[in-house]
Amino acid sequence: MLRRRVIPCLDVANGRVVKGMRFVDLMDEGDPPELAERYAREGADELVYLDISAAPEGRGTLLDIVERTARRAFIPLTVGGGVRSVDDMRDVLRAGADKVGLNTRAVEDPELVRRCAARFGSQAVVVAIDARRVPPTDAMPSGFEVVVKGGREPVGLDALVWAQRVVELGAGELLVTSIDRDGTKSGFDTEQLRAIADLVQVPVIASGGAAGPDDFIAAVRDGGADAVLAASIFHRREWSIAAVKAAMAAAGLPVRLVPEASARAAMTTEGA
Amino acid sequence: MAAFGRARIPVTVVDYGAGNLVSIEQALVAAGADVRRAAHAAEIGDPALLVVPGVGASAPAMERLHAGGFVPAILDWVAADQPFLGICLGLQLLFERSDEDGAQTLGILRGHTVRLESAPTLPHIGWNQVERRHEHPAFDGIAPGADFYFVHSYAGAPVDRDVILAETEHGARFTAAVARGNLLGVQFHPERSGDDGLRLVANVVGAAGAA
Repeated sequence: MLRRRVIPCLDVANGRVVKGMRFVDLMDEGDPPELAERYAREGADELVYLDISAAPEGRGTLLDIVERTARRAFIPLTVGGGVRSVDDMRDVLRAGADKVGLNTRAVEDPELVRRCAARFGSQAVVVAIDARRVPPTDAMPSGFEVVVKGGREPVGLDALVWAQRVVELGAGELLVTSIDRDGTKSGFDTEQLRAIADLVQVPVIASGGAAGPDDFIAAVRDGGADAVLAASIFHRREWSIAAVKAAMAAAGLPVRLVPEASARAAMTTEGA
Repeated sequence: MAAFGRARIPVTVVDYGAGNLVSIEQALVAAGADVRRAAHAAEIGDPALLVVPGVGASAPAMERLHAGGFVPAILDWVAADQPFLGICLGLQLLFERSDEDGAQTLGILRGHTVRLESAPTLPHIGWNQVERRHEHPAFDGIAPGADFYFVHSYAGAPVDRDVILAETEHGARFTAAVARGNLLGVQFHPERSGDDGLRLVANVVGAAGAA
């Protein structure tokens, strides 16, 4: 049976893991490949790097950490942030990533989704949809509106309409973030997740609002999510990946459990 | 790392522009291989094991295999029962035809590549259980029903059921691995499947080196 995935997200800026409120008060938290390897050992099913170094000079550094990660963490890696073209995507995949996440750029240029999927396959294209709740209107019937630029800019687009559109264009997965919940630790917006998961056949990854294992369970059970992503609760070691997965398993959800014995340091094939 | 004093096992990875090769190369290196990347058939050399990785659609992949002169090289290699590992698209291409885009593929195995039936989600992305139909050295030391990482919407449907080594369920059962002589094809990505994936790669490299 297909397992429900738990995916830690690492915010990366200028080659380092950062945390804190996204985009402000960044704190240096270490070397991304090192943390990635730790997460892999603890049972992460995939990894996401969200590159928040807006400056173009951060690109080379990002490719370097992607390659170093691919050398030591043998689980799938998605890179989001800063992919603006098919060539950017090619560079990231060549460095050792398996998928890219497209967000603001896809809203600006939806055909980019089609071009990326045509070149590298749908399985490599994750479209990230950031959405907030608004009063339903004729133009926004679902009451979920797409926002871009890290949640700062509403674009007047219904999130359900957009979800269906990007799947038609070739997205192989949707990463759905509730901007209302992101960083609030008040749980995922399961209604929003359910509305999108029921609409599309591609897997939906829940993001934004995780405080503990119960939220992961709700995202899957109530929201219909195939995978659940979280950042701060793992970075701050409030919960381990193993503890979250154990709780999901106890709730009857299919998860991949990694025995501690298999967390071998032998997985490392090189020094840092 | 390879044991001290033992030569690394030469392995060639067919590079036909199919994206991420870093992961499979690193998994092979961890398994004790000396990895060479061949962008043309002339660069295949004389390896102990030939690996065809890949994701995506069949038609562009076949075009690039033809352009690199790989098609006759792979056919000869497999006809001689030399050790071969096809991963994901590299397995699907072994069949006669793809239902995805109608592409004529290598025709090494009878049957074609079909869309996953009654799948609750598509693409089939994530970790799923691989159920062996019989034992095979590639799975030595790997528990029955162990999880491996998949990412695909199509899978090979062999006419000759005897070649099916393992199956996985996603809505319906599909072929997760095929084996015939020294040929092995896996629909999942061992290079992205953690410890069990690395073990499978090591088993395959080890068997090729011992042959």
